[in-house]
Amino acid sequence: MSLKVIMIKGQIWKFGDNLSTDQILPSRFMTHTKPEELAANCMAGVDPEFACSVHPGDIVVAGINLGYGSSREQAPQALKHAGVSAVVAASFARIFYRNCYNLGIPAIVCPAFVAEVNAGESAAINLEDGVITNMKTAKQYSFVKPPAFLLEYIRLGGLVPYLLQVTAATESENR
Amino acid sequence: MGLTVVQKILGAKAGQPSPVPGQILDVPVDLAVIHDNNGPLMMEQFAKLQIDAVWDPEKVWFVLDHHSPATTFRAAEHHRAMREFAARYGCRVFPNGRGVMHPVIAEEGLARPGFVVAGTDSHTVGQGVCGCFATGIGSTEMAGVLATGKVWLMVPETVKVTLSGKLSPGVAVKDIALFLLHEFGPQGLNYMALELGGPLIDALSLDERMAVAIMGLEMGAKNVFVAADEETLRKLGGRRDGDWFVTPDADAIYKEERNYDLSNLEPIVATPCLPTNGVPVQAVAGTRIDQATLGSCSGAFYHDLVQAAWILENRHVHPDVRFVIVPNTSQVVEKAARSGLIEKLIQAGAVISSPACGTCAGYEVGCLAPGQVCISTTTRNLEGRMGQGGQIYLASTLTVTASAVTGVITDPRELMGGDSVEP
Repeated sequence: MSLKVIMIKGQIWKFGDNLSTDQILPSRFMTHTKPEELAANCMAGVDPEFACSVHPGDIVVAGINLGYGSSREQAPQALKHAGVSAVVAASFARIFYRNCYNLGIPAIVCPAFVAEVNAGESAAINLEDGVITNMKTAKQYSFVKPPAFLLEYIRLGGLVPYLLQVTAATESENR
Repeated sequence: MGLTVVQKILGAKAGQPSPVPGQILDVPVDLAVIHDNNGPLMMEQFAKLQIDAVWDPEKVWFVLDHHSPATTFRAAEHHRAMREFAARYGCRVFPNGRGVMHPVIAEEGLARPGFVVAGTDSHTVGQGVCGCFATGIGSTEMAGVLATGKVWLMVPETVKVTLSGKLSPGVAVKDIALFLLHEFGPQGLNYMALELGGPLIDALSLDERMAVAIMGLEMGAKNVFVAADEETLRKLGGRRDGDWFVTPDADAIYKEERNYDLSNLEPIVATPCLPTNGVPVQAVAGTRIDQATLGSCSGAFYHDLVQAAWILENRHVHPDVRFVIVPNTSQVVEKAARSGLIEKLIQAGAVISSPACGTCAGYEVGCLAPGQVCISTTTRNLEGRMGQGGQIYLASTLTVTASAVTGVITDPRELMGGDSVEP
């Protein structure tokens, strides 16, 4: 397992409760699969300005039940291709949560941070220590770290590189 | 200590006979189903894994239901790619127009009692009415399932809901679902299993149980389980070797148990923009509508068409309303054609589309312009789901059809005269 510490820094975009995958990427874009198409329409159902204003590394923060609704992976893929480095919410809908890790996007549950942070502020996330810092107020918030194998997904970039590594390791053991 | 159904199924499959909630298991999958919304991204991810075989092609099915028959040029390309993938790896594809994943899987008897089912659709939870564990996953995770045959799952806590009583005239199965959604809220069952049972559930057909169970996802349920009985086996085409009729232990530990007698339940309408926004129909009666629709995995079974035709007997759809019916499987259409329902519905002014997800998310049929209002039996009324600026109310088939007749949201009991007997 790699020892690289996962540190994420970025500017905050803030959304409300029950932000659905229908809002993150509306149904009319469901036959789009190309990264640039998905990125260009990210958050089209809630904030048409988002896709043209988001910067690589930015962090999406939302209230309860982020990613509610459809399993459509186009939604977290749109966030990934738009450059979003992490999503932080008071709670997540389960398929969206899994999709994020499978794509290498950390999904962090931290209601206290969500309650106090404002759009436009910056934050730093230390995924191994389970700490998120509001860079403006310097206040730190702890969160429950994801299980070790999900941290490994993030280190490697998602489920696909993880499985490739597992396969490579098995092959070298069998050699 | 006793075990819930989900502890038993996941534990047995993963070789951990008594798993505790919170424990993470690598669970072998018995059935994997991929639809045309998540299929293209799944295939892209699978290609990156550089392997030359699917773990068990016999267990893998593709469904073309979100954009079917190929509703756009892009959809046509995706469907072709899915067929090519299936042919290359020996998996199977349901033909265009066969219908929506969950009711089709039940009609084909593919989700068996005791199975672990993974589908790329969030409403896969509805397949749990076949007495199995069924849950939704995304594209990348499905690529992993096709490669390894397994999925990691955290053993969930279980909430047990027991329903009793007899529904009053004018109240239908969607009202049961909208009632439960209002009780639990949009994340009330997040990460949890729901065991659904009781005399009211026992008295429903498998289709009706599925109509309710599918909506369990809208309160966050990881899976919805209904124990298999004679009705289940009737729908699944009889008993087969390997079927496992799982029941919870008498001393199983539940996070919560709730009992509801629904004899006094009234028709419910969920207002925009959450399916959990249920109010009594009277609270929104008189709201003008532009569209009414029966559709989706949850709201366009044969029983829905029967109820719609019954309300439309000697009546006609309001001239300002488009009443769009998208039956959820080809068997529903065939049965309705034979029984004369299709003729009755068309004569009454309904538009009938081919089986697909259809109006549920404005998938190229029954879309709304900004400011337009729809009342629907579909699964979700989220902002913009049928078109930006459109407003969606969710209700039962009886309420939706009554509203299609009057042009405003209508309590179906107002159209149900004296001695007519509800189907």
